[in-house]
Amino acid sequence: MLDPEQIFTRADSAWLNEGPDGDVVISTRIRLARNLADLPFPSRASDEELEQALVRLKSASEYLPEAKRYRLLEMGRLSPLEHQVLIEKHLVSREHVQNPKKRALVLRDDEAVSIMINEEDHERLQVLLPGLNLDQAWQLANRLDDSLERRLEYAFDDELGFLTCCPTNLGSGLRASVMLHLPALVLSKQANQVLGTLAQFGLVIRGLYGEGTQALGNFFQVSNQLTLNRSEEDLIHNLHALTSQVIDQERAARGRLYEELGDRLPDMVWRAYGILTNARLLSGGEAMQLLSNVRLGVNLNLLPPIKLAKLNRLLVITQPGFIQRVAGGSLQSSERDRKRASLVKEQLLTKNNHSEVE
Amino acid sequence: MLCESCNKNPATVFVRRTVNGVTTEAHLCEECAKERSEWNIVVGPTLSFPDFSLGNLFASLLEQHPASAGVSIGGGMEPCSGCGLTYADFRQQGRLGCARCYTTFREPLQPLIRRLQGDVQHVGKVPRRHKGRARLRHNLDALRRRLKEAIAREAFEEAAQLRDQIKLAEDKLKEGQQ
Ligand SMILES: [Zn+2]
Ligand SMILES: [Zn+2]
Repeated sequence: MLDPEQIFTRADSAWLNEGPDGDVVISTRIRLARNLADLPFPSRASDEELEQALVRLKSASEYLPEAKRYRLLEMGRLSPLEHQVLIEKHLVSREHVQNPKKRALVLRDDEAVSIMINEEDHERLQVLLPGLNLDQAWQLANRLDDSLERRLEYAFDDELGFLTCCPTNLGSGLRASVMLHLPALVLSKQANQVLGTLAQFGLVIRGLYGEGTQALGNFFQVSNQLTLNRSEEDLIHNLHALTSQVIDQERAARGRLYEELGDRLPDMVWRAYGILTNARLLSGGEAMQLLSNVRLGVNLNLLPPIKLAKLNRLLVITQPGFIQRVAGGSLQSSERDRKRASLVKEQLLTKNNHSEVE
Repeated sequence: MLCESCNKNPATVFVRRTVNGVTTEAHLCEECAKERSEWNIVVGPTLSFPDFSLGNLFASLLEQHPASAGVSIGGGMEPCSGCGLTYADFRQQGRLGCARCYTTFREPLQPLIRRLQGDVQHVGKVPRRHKGRARLRHNLDALRRRLKEAIAREAFEEAAQLRDQIKLAEDKLKEGQQ
């Protein structure tokens, strides 16, 4: 059984491990939006109706395969810092904690499966795996969806497919996305063009923390825009094919980087490493960009080998909510920067890969 | 933050240099940073790209939607009997209130969904409860295609038979909807 304390103080979600094509792809996400047929969507539902949806989804989740691995967290019982940690771990959306009443999360012990209850839709099932892993993520999501559907009647229409609160999710209700690290495409100024091409093929590009966030640290989220008129397999294969091309382009750009930048390249990644292992104050934005440079240096064998999983974990460990929750309460921003600097240093200088931060 | 050198472009690179033990730092745009190769890059260029969000795309579609030409669409429409949402609410929020909204507002929604999603025919996963219906629908589509072909080659007897079968299939599909 999952100890709730560990969710908020440990950065060891499955997606933080190194997965297939881990030099470019951090993680893969599949999300399915579903609604109960006979209740208003959460935004129009009374407290009583929200409670009904919550009860039904909770009891359906008790019959999921390996049900013992899941735990239900009520958003109303968590602190604002804990909400923030869940967002930073990509387990809930910002919207899900804005009005926490009757909102819940069903979470598997490895944090690879999470089900938001009463977000914009009654149910948002998410599978989050490390590296480029679209087929496996879809298979798991599909199986869990089958299991839940046996006990729930979903809102469905022959033409419109699964009915969702927002028409941008109609049909399959499926959003598949991959998190990419593209430092060489950015440094060689090809990123805009490469990502622009993806947009022409029906993909959406965003920053690390979803809509409206900047592409901090050269991390990009790429996902399908359309959800109707295409089978889940088609949507996924389209994303997979285009992602593979971007991976090739990023690797090729990495190969040419030394030619383009000369000594400035090793200098840049060693400086990043030097600052991260020596700084006494580190802001979130600076940490993110320096970690991006170190990651590039490790992938180009310019830096001593650091496990990519450790660098992935640092992406979560350096987030403001996580730092404060581990510290046991809210901190001034200067205090946070001090704490962040010491956490990063400690992680980078310890040889083993254990991720406990306390 | 603007580039400290040209004061025109956004600063995307953080550079630093040390001369005779004195360290100077600057936030520069990429062009200016390039001109100063003697400076060391501390934080490489961050990319800014137009913030694309589905929400924004959808909002702009809603604005272009025919109803903005007048109050005609949705103006005389009853609110949804499932959740009380009016069409004006939907236009304002871009969100539906319940499954029945899609039936209530089907007509004004159709062109909008078409523009958003390209077409209006779900081909993905079907819930178990709907699988029988999906098969019926599939058969119906096949029958209609065959009818077209039969008419094209003037096989009227066959066409008449097909029409009967189509009628049967349609009735069956309607029954299921009740
Ligand atoms: Zn400049
Ligand atoms: Zn409604």
